[in-house]
Amino acid sequence: MPEIALAARDGHRVPPADADSAARAALSIRGLTVSYGEKPAVFSVDADFPAAAMSAIVGPNGAGKSTMLKAVLGMVPRLSGTVSVFGAPIEGMRRRLAYVPQRASVDWDFPATVRDVVLMGLYPQLGLIGRIGGAHSARAEACLARVGMADFGHRQIGQLSGGQQQRVFLARALAQEAELYLLDEPFAGVDAATERAIIEVLKDLRAAGKSVIAVHHDLATVRSYFDHVFLINVRPVAQGPVATAFTSETLHATYGGRLAATHLDELALAAI
Amino acid sequence: MGAEFVQLSLTPMLIGVLAAIACALPGNFLILRRQALIGDAIAHVVLPGIVVAFLITGTVAALPMLLGAAGAALVAVVLIEAIRRLGRIEPGAAMGVVFTTLFAGGVLILERTDTSTVHLDVEHALMGNLESLVWFAADGWGSLIDPAALAALPEELPRMAAVCLLVAALTALFWRWLKIATFDEGFAEALGLPVRAIGLGLVIVAAIAAVAAFDAVGSIIVIAMFICPPAAARLMTSRLGAQIAWSVGFAVLSAVLGYVLAGYGPLWLGQSNALSAAGMIATVSGALLGLAALFGPHRRREGAVAGA
Amino acid sequence: MLDGLGEALLLRAGYNAALVGIGAALLGFAAGAAGTFLFLRKRALVSDALAHATLPGVGVAFILLVAAGGDGRSLTGLMLGAAVSAALGLWVVEWLARRTRLTEDAAIGAVLSAFFGFGVVLLTHIQTLQAGRQAGLESFLLGATAGMLRQDAIVIAAGGALAVLATWLLRRPMTLVAFDPGYAASSGLDVRRIDLAMMALVMAITVIGLKIVGLILIVALLIIPPVTARFWTDRSGAVIWIAGGLGAVAGYLGATISASAPALPTGPIIVLVAAALFALSLIFAPARGVAAALLRHRRFQARVHRRQGLLAIGHGETILEPFTLRLLTAEGLVRPDGVATEAGRAQAARIARDERRWAVAREIHQDAALSGRYDGLTPIDAVFTADEIAEFDRRIGPPVALGGA
Repeated sequence: MPEIALAARDGHRVPPADADSAARAALSIRGLTVSYGEKPAVFSVDADFPAAAMSAIVGPNGAGKSTMLKAVLGMVPRLSGTVSVFGAPIEGMRRRLAYVPQRASVDWDFPATVRDVVLMGLYPQLGLIGRIGGAHSARAEACLARVGMADFGHRQIGQLSGGQQQRVFLARALAQEAELYLLDEPFAGVDAATERAIIEVLKDLRAAGKSVIAVHHDLATVRSYFDHVFLINVRPVAQGPVATAFTSETLHATYGGRLAATHLDELALAAI
Repeated sequence: MGAEFVQLSLTPMLIGVLAAIACALPGNFLILRRQALIGDAIAHVVLPGIVVAFLITGTVAALPMLLGAAGAALVAVVLIEAIRRLGRIEPGAAMGVVFTTLFAGGVLILERTDTSTVHLDVEHALMGNLESLVWFAADGWGSLIDPAALAALPEELPRMAAVCLLVAALTALFWRWLKIATFDEGFAEALGLPVRAIGLGLVIVAAIAAVAAFDAVGSIIVIAMFICPPAAARLMTSRLGAQIAWSVGFAVLSAVLGYVLAGYGPLWLGQSNALSAAGMIATVSGALLGLAALFGPHRRREGAVAGA
Repeated sequence: MLDGLGEALLLRAGYNAALVGIGAALLGFAAGAAGTFLFLRKRALVSDALAHATLPGVGVAFILLVAAGGDGRSLTGLMLGAAVSAALGLWVVEWLARRTRLTEDAAIGAVLSAFFGFGVVLLTHIQTLQAGRQAGLESFLLGATAGMLRQDAIVIAAGGALAVLATWLLRRPMTLVAFDPGYAASSGLDVRRIDLAMMALVMAITVIGLKIVGLILIVALLIIPPVTARFWTDRSGAVIWIAGGLGAVAGYLGATISASAPALPTGPIIVLVAAALFALSLIFAPARGVAAALLRHRRFQARVHRRQGLLAIGHGETILEPFTLRLLTAEGLVRPDGVATEAGRAQAARIARDERRWAVAREIHQDAALSGRYDGLTPIDAVFTADEIAEFDRRIGPPVALGGA
């Protein structure tokens, strides 16, 4: 049982970082700092995300949640820090992880169909010029069916609703058949039906032994969706199993005065 | 339309067509990446690249020119990126600083250098000289199978054909990388694809197309080849493959129609002097874009405004 | 040539050359100042489309002037034609970007090249015209001041003066719109109309600059000085005047250098002078220059690594990153074998104390503005007063020995 640690109370750094926990973790981060200009966006993060579990990265706006994910993937330069996936440096492990970017990060007016986008998840296997065979097509269809969009394969992506766009991105990640799934705000701005569909898929992944890490901003659903939580506000605040690390105390420490105290207590109570 | 056509019009027309295709192919991706103006910048820096290559080698041979232009494009892109980041300057303005400066430098060196022995002057560099690329050795359609006449083809034709083929082959080979890095750079990066190299490669290929086409149509009209056919194609379809096909179609149509209008248009109007073929090709490509913008079936954005 | 240059710089190279030099300086000032608004509105390259789009207008105006019996050399007439087709080009850019799925950059490129292409077609037609002297319309491409007529020089100098005046008159509303369009709209300004006025001013500058700088490079005079000025100040008002000053210097030096020797085309020289000023600023500007920024980044990175290293020492953890280790060893805070020295432990203790103070501070002051500054690097005494910190210390209690001791 990984112990929880709280930085706010006694100024201690968050997890006791030993080589063992890093080896067991699906994703392990040591000393990660990222800055835009002179202001750190993420400062000195040590974190271990357990395998075969669903983890949430939670914190206020501008707390560096997405930046942390992007720095893990090498999309923004790290000022310091190392990242390993299943105990090995991330560079050699890319085939085993799938990334779901924020929906708004792309131009949906791009000339492509839903099926085209899902097939992008197969590109690493297909290589530059490998032919898309029947098996590949079938896999793309199956992934679309898993997110409830079986009939949308030939739809132009610009015609999708926000929720449908998010499902297509998830289907593309499923097509990668990865071990570790990194999702950036998968529930942001989607309808309730889509949220249910996505969480079902993620729970199925966990049941199949896969690891899921999502940047998440809806405090109300953290307890019902996730096993493990990582609270961050530029600096790591707390991490551990939701039951112990996601408390009104840790939320206060993360959000400061940004959330009304009563609201926090409500959340913590509702969770118990 | 016989011997005279083969001798005077066939090769320029073919070169125009090949140049238009070679530029339109990378142009499709430049437009989708919102880098249409990188095409603009490349077209402008081809001139200093060529001039510097000439200063160093003293010849106007094809290879040094190509290398010079590709090098200039690379320098331009690196400078733009450096200025954008270091000075925290908006990309459009960074581009404006770089390409005007390099272009001005190219013009100045060109004016101060004795290039009377070679075919290199400012006006030619700006407007091209498609009409001069005639096939003197030809005396009719039969020349197409006459080895002696074929050997005397203007060297621009095989060069342009080779570049066009190269661009097409690279586009086909890197199709998936280009598509994914254009649509979703973050995802491509997470897959471990070299997105920066892809972006830079696209710019270099565009530069190679530009320098080959530059010879025929001049530096500014190259921009029309980069942008107008793909932009028009974008308004005709919402499938990437189909868009590429449309853009090639528009490129060919612009080149042929533009060349014919420039060469024969004045005759039909009772005048004897031909007009600039390169200028007319750009004009036609712009007119085709105008028609597509008015009537193209996919002229509007799909669905709701994305990213809003 | 040096003599010629000296004379030209001192305005002794003849009345025309002096007028042109003054005109170029005025034009440069107006371009730099007006370009600042364009730059801040992120529309710098729209002016490129506008400039290239003047060529067919010049051609058509020439043809009409000749048809009307003149010799087609009326600069005012040609400028009028240029203005009309530039306005048309601008309208097409906006229409394409608004009404179709094309983005503005594609619209700019399309208009720029297609209009220019059509202009070239007209030029080749004009070359065949019998009537009218070969007016050297090519000089509109890259600018030329050699052999300029007296009346043309007067038109340019007067035009430059008018452009400066218009910039000065419009400076307040344009500044508001450029820096904060939302606020400008809410305070009752008609943003669209001011944008239109700004584009009209840019168009006027382009047209006046045609003869001196040429239509291919006039955009440089609108872009380079504002970008250069940005390196020297963060104050909005100052950017405008610095950009204007830089533009004036570039215009004046460029025009006079070009007049001092043959085969020095005016446009490229002006642009290169502006570019030289830009390059100097890029490298050496004190706050935003590259040299300063590189230095700052190195220092910042060292600060982050140093701090992280000391935090690790404070927690009795081993330092893994080689850079951190090198840094701390060099400062004598860590022995080469990775064990902290006495000095290192003292520093770590101080940082640990500040961490504890921050923890208390964040419990007391639960508001975003203060706790948001808890980013690992901001020293606590930069945020709180001495007595506030004393209060934190009181709550923490007496100091405790560091772990690992």
